[in-house]
Amino acid sequence: MMQHLSNIYRLGIKELRGLWHDKVLFLIIIWAFSAGIYTKAIAISSGLHNAPIAFVDEDRSPLSGSIINAFYKPYFKTPEFIVLSDIDPGLDAGIYTFVVDIPPNFERDVLAGKQPDIQVNIDATRMTQAMIGAGYIQNIINGKLLEFVQSSRSGAVLPIELATRVKFNPNLTSTWFSGVMELINIITMLSIILTGAALVREREHGTLEHLLVMPLGAAEIMLAKVWSMGLVVLSAAGLSLYFIVQGLLSVPIAGSIPLFMFGALLHLFSTASIGIFLGTVSRNMPQLGLLMILVILPLQLFSGAVTPRESMPEIVQVIMQVAPTTHFVSLAQAILYRGAGFNTVWPNLLAIIVIGTVFFFIAMARFRKSLAAA
Amino acid sequence: MTTIAQITGLSHRYGDTFAVDNIDLEIPAGCLAGLIGPDGVGKSSLLALISGVRKIQDGVVQVLDGDMRSNRHRSKVCPRIAYMPQGLGKNLYMTLSVFENVDFFGRLFGQGREEREWRINELLESTGLTQFRNRPAGKLSGGMKQKLGLCCALIHDPELLILDEPTTGVDPLSRRQFWQLIDRIRARREGMSVMVATAYMEEAEGFDWLVAMDEGRVLATGSPAELMTQAAADNLDAAFIQLLPEEKRQGHKELLVPPRINQEDSTPAIKAEGLTMRFGDFTAVDHVSFEIQRGEIFGFLGSNGCGKTTTMKMLTGLLPATEGKASLFGNPAKAHDLATRKRVGFMTQAFSLYGELTIQQNLVLHAQLFHLPEKTIPARVNEVIEHFDLKGYEDHLAAGLPLGIRQRLSLAVAIIHKPEMLILDEPTSGVDPVARDSFWELLIGLSRNDGVTIFISTHFMNEGARCDRISLMHAGKVLASDTPQALVDKRGKQTLEEAFIDYLEEATTTKEDRSEKNTGEITPATDSSFQSRPVFTSAFSPLRLLGYAYRESLEIIRDPVRLVIALLGTVILMFIMGYGITTDVEDLSFAVLDWDQTPQSRDYIQNMSGSRYFIEHAPIHSQAELDQRMASGELSLALAIPPNFGKDLKRGRTVEIGVWVDGAMPFRAETVRGYAEGMNYDYLIQLARRTLGEVPAQTIADVEMRYRYNQDFKSLYAMVPAVIPLLLMFIPAIMMALGVVREKELGSITNLYATPVTRLEFLLGKQLPYIGLSMISFFGLTALAVFVFGVPLKGSFPALSLAALIYVSATTGLGLLVSSFTKTQIAALVAAAIFTMLPTISFSGLNEPVSSLEGPGAMIGRFFPATYFLNISRGIFTKALEFSDLYADFLALAAFIPVLTLLSLMFLSKQEK
Repeated sequence: MMQHLSNIYRLGIKELRGLWHDKVLFLIIIWAFSAGIYTKAIAISSGLHNAPIAFVDEDRSPLSGSIINAFYKPYFKTPEFIVLSDIDPGLDAGIYTFVVDIPPNFERDVLAGKQPDIQVNIDATRMTQAMIGAGYIQNIINGKLLEFVQSSRSGAVLPIELATRVKFNPNLTSTWFSGVMELINIITMLSIILTGAALVREREHGTLEHLLVMPLGAAEIMLAKVWSMGLVVLSAAGLSLYFIVQGLLSVPIAGSIPLFMFGALLHLFSTASIGIFLGTVSRNMPQLGLLMILVILPLQLFSGAVTPRESMPEIVQVIMQVAPTTHFVSLAQAILYRGAGFNTVWPNLLAIIVIGTVFFFIAMARFRKSLAAA
Repeated sequence: MTTIAQITGLSHRYGDTFAVDNIDLEIPAGCLAGLIGPDGVGKSSLLALISGVRKIQDGVVQVLDGDMRSNRHRSKVCPRIAYMPQGLGKNLYMTLSVFENVDFFGRLFGQGREEREWRINELLESTGLTQFRNRPAGKLSGGMKQKLGLCCALIHDPELLILDEPTTGVDPLSRRQFWQLIDRIRARREGMSVMVATAYMEEAEGFDWLVAMDEGRVLATGSPAELMTQAAADNLDAAFIQLLPEEKRQGHKELLVPPRINQEDSTPAIKAEGLTMRFGDFTAVDHVSFEIQRGEIFGFLGSNGCGKTTTMKMLTGLLPATEGKASLFGNPAKAHDLATRKRVGFMTQAFSLYGELTIQQNLVLHAQLFHLPEKTIPARVNEVIEHFDLKGYEDHLAAGLPLGIRQRLSLAVAIIHKPEMLILDEPTSGVDPVARDSFWELLIGLSRNDGVTIFISTHFMNEGARCDRISLMHAGKVLASDTPQALVDKRGKQTLEEAFIDYLEEATTTKEDRSEKNTGEITPATDSSFQSRPVFTSAFSPLRLLGYAYRESLEIIRDPVRLVIALLGTVILMFIMGYGITTDVEDLSFAVLDWDQTPQSRDYIQNMSGSRYFIEHAPIHSQAELDQRMASGELSLALAIPPNFGKDLKRGRTVEIGVWVDGAMPFRAETVRGYAEGMNYDYLIQLARRTLGEVPAQTIADVEMRYRYNQDFKSLYAMVPAVIPLLLMFIPAIMMALGVVREKELGSITNLYATPVTRLEFLLGKQLPYIGLSMISFFGLTALAVFVFGVPLKGSFPALSLAALIYVSATTGLGLLVSSFTKTQIAALVAAAIFTMLPTISFSGLNEPVSSLEGPGAMIGRFFPATYFLNISRGIFTKALEFSDLYADFLALAAFIPVLTLLSLMFLSKQEK
């Protein structure tokens, strides 16, 4: 037993030395965990941010003016004024996502109770922004109209009001979300690539064959790769969480960081096992590269880190139950944002371990076979 | 005497070590000049510097009357020089056939189809490779690979042929044929100069002129006879040793093999019975049987590819035998027998240690893996370093060392744990004579003193003669097995080499593969119009570019799995992403903490749970429970209806409902909040209608939302035109990213250094096939979008195709850039994945326009090709736009191509550093 552990340890050290030797790779990993996460976190707003909007003000009344003035940064870019004929070209060229057309005599018609139409043109190809922005615009215009009407005549008060509180992220600061989710994406991506490529590289260079004639088992060779690459990714992730996420992005972490890191550790085991599995399936590096794209993209896109899981098709939700990322994203959100403890997240932890173990054993079963085929 | 190369004050350093140390040398033209000397004395470096493949650090090299430091001179004389690097088939492409390999080199030298055809036929005929014209290079034996390498080098009628250890690792018969071939070629092409580095002294005896080198310096020059006279020795081996400085000669003596003492234990150490290995219908090893006693040195001799390696692999359990049995120490050879493996030391033919570790680290690692006691490791490591003369190299990375030194390291590793049995597959090929002798001294000591069994394969006949018994193998069969002397006697020959060749010739004449041996005289092709055509080099040659493009395409086609993953993979991803990614938020979970429990409150809840957006979960009973259930992520939304809700509502008092939204995912939270407010509004209108019978003037004006381009606001319509740019980024970039770096890692990059192909031709040539492949993907994806997903293509298809062409040129260009600055394939994969995924998914306007981004992300988005193609793709698919509406995006997209290409050029160098 001690000998096995010692073998795994020694081989892992060898992997680390190799990694250290490849300075370009090292720099890229550092970039991904620092600048990559930072850039992503501050660039993207999952809420509405700087949406480009234009107005065609055919009314030029105080009311239309007050509506237009209600659109300001950071939700919207400072509104631009255009003429009716510019609406289509502007939307076509993608300059504006929203163009609001306030018809002539709008204020007069409102006061006369004629219920005039106000038209909002939305570039519906711009998914998230179009969707959230449409709601905002509707609420803002309705609010302004209500305000206007109430000030001009004593109107009815809404009998039910909603006192909305947003838990865990009161201002819906999107950096909180995108920073941590990018961290998770990078953890997943790097652990798969590094372990998979480390295996294919050994096979291409003939060193794997050499290891197999020594008193080493396939499991030892695999575990060495898992722990060494896992360690690199885990420490980079820990530093990134401390310095970038908590430090630079000042995201408040609600729950226990050690618990999160423990989850990350288990997650790394399962993604690294997937990486090794892919390494045994592909015969050369180009094949591995393509396979990885095929695997990593769905793992990231459907993990719940990009769009909510609820809105995915049923079948996708079911399939993604066997993806470690799904459980890790859910676990990370629970711990980091909602302050959940072990009692809440243990099913996720368990799922990750089971998935990782299954992939590990499949990879192990394929290990020697893949060598003979190469 | 004219000279082909003049060298003055040439030095070359790797780190602190001088590989070439202030050399002055004049190499005569028109002769066969040899470089001899131990491993790591700078032979290869010198040849690489002369050929212009490696960049000169210090000193002057004049080749063909010009300075090799000058780029212009180099590109002028490049077509007159041929360079064949060290290692079996290092600059060949293993998936390409014999013909295709030579053809590729012909293209690089700008030869037309007819000329290539003529030259290739001639070369293959004279090297006896005609019959193997269509066999992939990877399936050739070592000797045939070297012949093919020679064909590739000779395709352009060079005036100077530079061969770096061309016969290392090649069997005696093939070696003899190789030199016969060189002689014939020289006889025909008068005036051709040949420079060869070799580790075989008996070969060097036949050369015209020799340079003896040691430690980066020249010891002596002259004809072999001159050298032998100078050293007063009767053979070159001895002469060389005499030429070495005093301290190096010490300890060298004639090797004597003491007789073997019979061991008490009579179980054979290795026993093979009818061992057979078949790969498909090819029998690599055909019923091989032998027994090796303990302490015996047993030699395996045979031509390349005769099944020696395969037999050894079956003994070690690496390959399961198709038929027959093998046992080590009386135990059957099994893959999982760790205990036996500990007693065996194995050395594979190809260098298989870690290039990224130093010599010291490699040795320590293996000592640890064999579990030598921790305390004894340093002493043992020092001992083997001493034994194998690795002193001074301890801290060098194995990858940068010469072949011979690496071989010694492999050997040192094989014996570090003092095994009881050694299985060595050509352990001494490429190792210099002195080191070989000291290695044999060690083997003999192990065998005679410690009773270690040694099973060794070799190409050196003097080594074969030292074995207790040898087996001659050919084409998977053992031809003869006996003591060396008995074999010589049986054939009535003088030496083992002659006996061996006699056996081989007997075996091959009965076989159909005689043609390899067929060494028909070359007819002087004086009447050919292609002979000695004027040498010219153009700055840019489409033919060379297409040569690379053609080769790369062949390589892609030869790897059908890659092709299938590339094409089918895009389709699969398109399906997954097209159907899977939606921004419609539905089926949100919510629960209610109802303090009121009246019909009114239940009516309110009913209004929510009846909608398609929300799914009601079990009611909440306390504030603590609400907090806990939200923390677990179970609920996206929680409502608290206050006491007296119903009563207050009836009385017309304003009531306030508490709403908690899970903000962990801001996008979802925004949507949830919007839905909750909208539903509340709806409820109020319903309530008013029910109680008042009419709708009060709640609606002051109608806000009419017009979703343009996608009336139903279907995710699919917005998503599919966006998925195409996404996939045409990832897959081409990843495939391309390995393009250059793979050649760097596997060695064929030498062809860029040694042939007239320019960097631009090289890059564009590699890029073309991937652009083609990506366009096939594009048409497939578009067809899928229109016919399967039913997303209408409203605008101009030709405009979209043009944009796609420009776009994939840019995305493959991006991959090429990654490939030119990384050094390993792993780094290239990681870089390509990170630098394409993050910007494409986040900064190119997939979910929101680039103009809404902030910080460096906005900058990246503006300088990323996906941004522009995304705009074009959506514009043409959904907005029915034409080329004229989008020309600005087209221009921006096109601008990426020259910029990326220039950057790649900057990172790629035409010479080895």
